[in-house]
Amino acid sequence: MTRTDHEAVLDVQDLSVEYGSGRNAVRAVEGVSLSLRRGEVLGIAGESGSGKSTLAFAMNRLLRPPGLITGGTVRYRSRSGQEADILDMTDEELRAFRWSELAMVFQSAMNSLNPVLSIRGQVVDTLRAHGSRKPRKEEQARTVELLRLVGISADRASAFPHELSGGMRQRATIAIALALEPEIIIMDEPTTALDVVMQRQILSVMMGLRERLGFSVIFITHDLSLLLEMADRIAVMYAGRVVELARASALYRHPRHPYSYALLHSFPMIHGPRIELTGIRGWPPDLRATPSGCAFHPRCLHAMQECHELLPRLGVPSGESGHEVACLLNEGAGLGPVPQELAGR
Amino acid sequence: MAQPGTTAAGPADPAGSNDRDRLPVLEAVDLTKYYKTGAARARPTVVRAVDGVSLALYSGEITALVGESGSGKSTIARVLAQLERATAGKVVLDGRPVRRGRPRWYRRYARRVQMIFQDPFSSLNPTHRVNYVLGRPLRIHGYARSRRQTEEGVLRLLEQVELTPASQYAGKFPHELSGGQRQRVAVARALAARPEVILADEPVSMLDVSIRLSVLNLLRRLVTGSGAALLYITHDIASARYFAKTTLVMYAGRLAEGGDSEAVTQEPAHPYTRLLISAAPDPGRADGTSPDADSGEPPSLARPPRGCRFHPRCPHAMAVCKEQHPPRADLNTTHWVHCWLYLDHNGQP
Repeated sequence: MTRTDHEAVLDVQDLSVEYGSGRNAVRAVEGVSLSLRRGEVLGIAGESGSGKSTLAFAMNRLLRPPGLITGGTVRYRSRSGQEADILDMTDEELRAFRWSELAMVFQSAMNSLNPVLSIRGQVVDTLRAHGSRKPRKEEQARTVELLRLVGISADRASAFPHELSGGMRQRATIAIALALEPEIIIMDEPTTALDVVMQRQILSVMMGLRERLGFSVIFITHDLSLLLEMADRIAVMYAGRVVELARASALYRHPRHPYSYALLHSFPMIHGPRIELTGIRGWPPDLRATPSGCAFHPRCLHAMQECHELLPRLGVPSGESGHEVACLLNEGAGLGPVPQELAGR
Repeated sequence: MAQPGTTAAGPADPAGSNDRDRLPVLEAVDLTKYYKTGAARARPTVVRAVDGVSLALYSGEITALVGESGSGKSTIARVLAQLERATAGKVVLDGRPVRRGRPRWYRRYARRVQMIFQDPFSSLNPTHRVNYVLGRPLRIHGYARSRRQTEEGVLRLLEQVELTPASQYAGKFPHELSGGQRQRVAVARALAARPEVILADEPVSMLDVSIRLSVLNLLRRLVTGSGAALLYITHDIASARYFAKTTLVMYAGRLAEGGDSEAVTQEPAHPYTRLLISAAPDPGRADGTSPDADSGEPPSLARPPRGCRFHPRCPHAMAVCKEQHPPRADLNTTHWVHCWLYLDHNGQP
């Protein structure tokens, strides 16, 4: 919300990822284009199997076989204006790039921490692995400072991961992500395993740090209600594609894609009127047999004949700027006028 | 105003239900569960998972039990389901205390009280097809005596949980089903016993957001239709508001607040309930009202704080909070709280 200039720090074009090859290949991400602006929080919302985590891993070249990037570019632009395609980097370049420019926080803090190394040890390890040649004393001071930033007091620094609560562990992984002052932090369901109070604490810490340090965040979660509060812009993914991209407030008030609309009506709110909610009929798509046309059409309340055959492209509906949607119901993207239900909220 | 503590309505009515003539189907009275961990002979550590919890479930009604992980909410479900033996206190089914040990007592109990677990990926045996999973309880509890009756019963159950066409699902293995479909099979398995009480431990937290509501709505329809009582255990207080008539809030092994769901969520009285609600995602929240980043963590139940267990985190903690566990204060006939803010120092409201 603050200090967002429009320069893209990361620009993803037409990225596709498949698992397996040949006839049995599963297309997990298909032609995704997104840009992350400097200083913003970009939310990626989607259900299991929507491709949101695969997308994050692909951007960082962390995919393991059988995952394979089959097309596209991921351009990174540093503060000094240098550009590079992450997908073209050599191993050496990649090692220098990762963590110092782009760090990642994973869902399971327990699995991303080394169980036999103290928290302090792991921060120091990260600093040294990326070429820190500082005297031991400065290293220690930096470690204590990093841990303090995320709310871990100095006397807990020598604790091992199993001695910390889930929330404290996730704080430690954030401290490690911040260690080299990266430009971008990708967070893949960072608080899903945590309780709401702890989730709130960690997100407050994270947002405060972003204000101070000015990094950009890609925040991936299935919890759209969380993104609406935190993100500047949100991309909604379904069956490997981005189906809607908009500012968080615009998505909340005027969702244009029937899937976004239905998702917004899928979770009860703690305040406001108590309304009857229905969820979304049917089941999340099976990527081994993605429906033809628009992948959402079997679950869509507005599906027309065309939706079975035509694949809607992400486009800007008339009269909107900065709001993209891939649905035939929206002018600019496809055919008809916006249904009453989707036109206002 | 009624007397404080359990003297007013008695433990039979901790939810503060309006119609006091109705008897609960399943009741927990002063339920306590301690676990011993660590070196047993030398010096066992006692974890006080649940301490003196009373609650009552009424037929045809949904009661939500809300709390964070480690608050003891799942332990309560497991003790109520007789999967664990209570350390103290009793479980009362239909007015009679449950007595373990008589022949086939558990089978008889399980016919009347069924549980739905959180994770449908581990609660269904991967080597059995759906028709076996659902047919077995039908045979065990004597609802089906022949192969044909079993087949018909299975199809009927699948239709009840809206897995249609039923014949298509009956032959499937769990791995051929999505998470939402599996949890529906788990619901059908619980229904097969035609229970009077269903204990659902986080039944939708592992499911995708888009299908959570449909499973909750299904559960609600089934409860209304069959007149069973449902205990809905969750960490999501917004869903408790949506789904349950009564909401109980649990903290560190004890009940903090309870009553009509709308009252508990819209006019929370306990400082912990307020913290829980302020932490819940709320897209309508105006900027800057986000709660404190340093609201602390729940205590270790091996060494719980004296007095009110929330006092180390409570912004309103007083001297008395550090000494004595607050008795129950009735705010009105349908809303109560365990908090010294609503009591004088003699424990009177």
